[in-house]
Amino acid sequence: MSTQTASSIFAKAPAPGLADPVHDAQSVFRSAMNALAQPGTVQQLDDLKLNPPAPLSIAATALVLTLCDYDTPLWLDPALAASETVKNYIRFHTAAPFVESPAEAAFALVSDAKLLPAVASFSAGTAEYPDRSTTIILMVDELTEDDGITLKGPGIKTEQQFNVAPTPAMFWQQMQDNSALYPLGIDVIFAGANQVAGLPRSIKITGLEA
Amino acid sequence: MTERVETQGISGEHYNFAYLDEQTKRMIRRTILKGIAVPGYQVPFAAREMPMPYGWGTGGVQVTAAVIGKNDCLKMIDQGSDDTTNAVALRNFFVETTGVDTTTKTKDASIIQTRHRIPEETLTKDQVLVYQVPIPEPLRFLEPRETETRKMHALEEYGLMHVKLYEDIAKFGHIATAYAYPVMVQDRYVMDPSPTPKFDNPKMDQMEALQLFGAGREKRIYAIPPHTKVVSLDFEDHPFEVTKFEQPCAICGAEEVYLDEVILDDDGNRMFVCSDSDFCEERRDAGHVGHLGTNPLEAEGND
Amino acid sequence: MYVAVKGGEKAIRNAHKLMARDRRGDTSVPSLGLKQISEQLYLSVSRVMAEGSLFDAELAALGIKQSRGDLIEAAFLMRAYRTTLPRFGYSKPIDTAKMLIRRRISATYKDLPGGQLLGPTFDYTQRLLDFKLAADGEAPAPETQEFEKEEVVPRVTDLLNDEGLIEPDEPIAPDTPVGDITREPLTFPADRDLRLQNLARGDEGFLLALGYSTQRGFGRTHPFAGEIRLGEVEVDFFMEELGFEVPLGTMTVTECQMINQFQGSASAPPQFTRGYGLVPGQGERKVMAMALVDRSLRAEELGEEIDSPTQDQEFVLSHSDNVQATGFVEHLKLPHYVDFQSELELIRKVRKEWQEKREAAEQELVAEAAQ
Repeated sequence: MSTQTASSIFAKAPAPGLADPVHDAQSVFRSAMNALAQPGTVQQLDDLKLNPPAPLSIAATALVLTLCDYDTPLWLDPALAASETVKNYIRFHTAAPFVESPAEAAFALVSDAKLLPAVASFSAGTAEYPDRSTTIILMVDELTEDDGITLKGPGIKTEQQFNVAPTPAMFWQQMQDNSALYPLGIDVIFAGANQVAGLPRSIKITGLEA
Repeated sequence: MTERVETQGISGEHYNFAYLDEQTKRMIRRTILKGIAVPGYQVPFAAREMPMPYGWGTGGVQVTAAVIGKNDCLKMIDQGSDDTTNAVALRNFFVETTGVDTTTKTKDASIIQTRHRIPEETLTKDQVLVYQVPIPEPLRFLEPRETETRKMHALEEYGLMHVKLYEDIAKFGHIATAYAYPVMVQDRYVMDPSPTPKFDNPKMDQMEALQLFGAGREKRIYAIPPHTKVVSLDFEDHPFEVTKFEQPCAICGAEEVYLDEVILDDDGNRMFVCSDSDFCEERRDAGHVGHLGTNPLEAEGND
Repeated sequence: MYVAVKGGEKAIRNAHKLMARDRRGDTSVPSLGLKQISEQLYLSVSRVMAEGSLFDAELAALGIKQSRGDLIEAAFLMRAYRTTLPRFGYSKPIDTAKMLIRRRISATYKDLPGGQLLGPTFDYTQRLLDFKLAADGEAPAPETQEFEKEEVVPRVTDLLNDEGLIEPDEPIAPDTPVGDITREPLTFPADRDLRLQNLARGDEGFLLALGYSTQRGFGRTHPFAGEIRLGEVEVDFFMEELGFEVPLGTMTVTECQMINQFQGSASAPPQFTRGYGLVPGQGERKVMAMALVDRSLRAEELGEEIDSPTQDQEFVLSHSDNVQATGFVEHLKLPHYVDFQSELELIRKVRKEWQEKREAAEQELVAEAAQ
């Protein structure tokens, strides 16, 4: 191999994944687990020193690298799907197969709330296997524990205030419809800059009118 | 006491942190997240063969292995005690494969793996309780077929369970289930709490800690998030009753705790002592004494 | 608990030392070498490889030595080791028609292309204890003959298939993924690929009893041993990076094809049907039993009534694995005093109430009699 090819291969190589794959993945998982177990609470990630290709955020990337592999069909929003750099990065680090149809996805990665298709287009599982459903990883700019909608349900003592920005149009209404399907439905993990929060299907949403 | 044990055998050079490979951990972690999203629903997972026998905690071990990190502090109990043989064996497995700190003190643990008991001390939101489950399907002994029980859960068709409990009442005047007493989780799924005594059932309701259940041989994981409604099945005219012991712990005097019956001699003399050994020890350290004073067996140098 | 297991740690350590000493036995007797086991106890090694799901005679020999000859324990050791091995992918299907045959018999044809080849078998031996073996006598060398290496020996079922007398194998698209019960939890109904994998790993004794029960009328399938063959097959792997197949080596397998009667149905003419068995190593009893059970498990697909245990896939597949079965049966050794205590409390309460009721009833009778 000549030096030229070697360096051109090196230049094309995807950016590194988790620096400590075993312990970083464990700590990201614990944050995701706490996020879904305590819906609407904002969970801080460790400082991961990830440098994923734009527009992927560190938190969203960390979740994908922690949860996805060749067993998890992954749906990418059109902006991500259009980026070979993003696809190469995810393919290289996870080997997750990309799927065109949201209904076939075990995970959906959405970089921009505007690009989120109808929540109902994802898989809600079946009555006998409600686990065969899609988990949406939704990138947002901000996660807050106040001044927004009100969450109630398993994982929440009384009620939990929660908000994200930007909020996809009609998103909370769609999530209300989603929770009406319970025990079927999709689950959402919001990925802020370096934070995550969870909204499982089991949660009732109120306070939209305000 | 928090301690690190000298280890031998399966060291980190030959096996991954917490034994399982990363692909397997990812698969189990995904399963745990689904379990949390649908409390009480048994999520199938591709349980791996573990270096301990099926039925000896492989499900709990896989859940703990997928959750545990190097900063965790692990408590391992069986029958409420840290000293039971299998608890010792499983604790050593994690010490050898992770090097994490272990403790016998409930309040110092971030992860508690248990078989057949829930600690007496109230658990907090920063703790995870992992149960070892032999038969996760609460309907299994009424209907042996998975294809059928899965349909019943899908249709929320739990009539069979109520019939069984009612037959008990007709026959014995009570619901004749003393352990693995079925519960309804968040008004949707009937769930097996693992073979814990029904005494422990009320602790599951609105517990602050996350509860994870692993059944390795049966390849199922399920979960109860914190602050989730867990109701023991009963009837209006036959409400659920917690087992009450007639006497307090013989050596620490604790009341309203679960007690083990210990036979003391060939004449059938017996004493009742706390099943939760850490709880008992803490109380004795704090100066509480039961009616037998100190442990009569320990006094004989019987350990 | 308090006393019984205080110092449990020390007790466990000492128990394991004692077990190691017993394993070694009398030290004036030489220790067993793994080669001795893999060469001289090959049928044990085969069973451990099949039920342990790992083709490695030396590791199986180690498992047998470590387990003191407990073959289920040895299979368990193999499984626990196997699960830690990295996976590179799935090999191409092996082709048993290209097997380098050591034994091949058919009970359905007197002679057939490729011939009958008796090979290494206990069949037709007199089951008399051979005291020459006890005296370490060496066996006389068998006569050998050169053979043509690349000979393809057609399977009996292929011959029947040419005539349309036996159901064809289901056509399978080349890229159809093969199920794998070690990677996905088994769900019901399970397809035949998963069933066969389950049976190949299943306990020989369990399959033997089930297969036997079908012969005695519990789900009868009218079997003929179409063919049993034993020998070496090549295992090939398709390398994505290279774009071609490479041979990984050869493995010993035993294969059985049962030919079963079938009356036909509205959609299928009367024809023979298949039952299939295959295990790594030499395991003739296992493959025959497996083929009987496989055929019985096809009852639903063939529109047969399901009224026997062996036709019931949930019953068979859920209980065939001896590593699972032994773990759960033996877990009853673990302490259960907490659950037992709760049962004790309950039974005392129920008995007390029963006694009180009975006494009350007796007093009533006495009172009535007094009146």
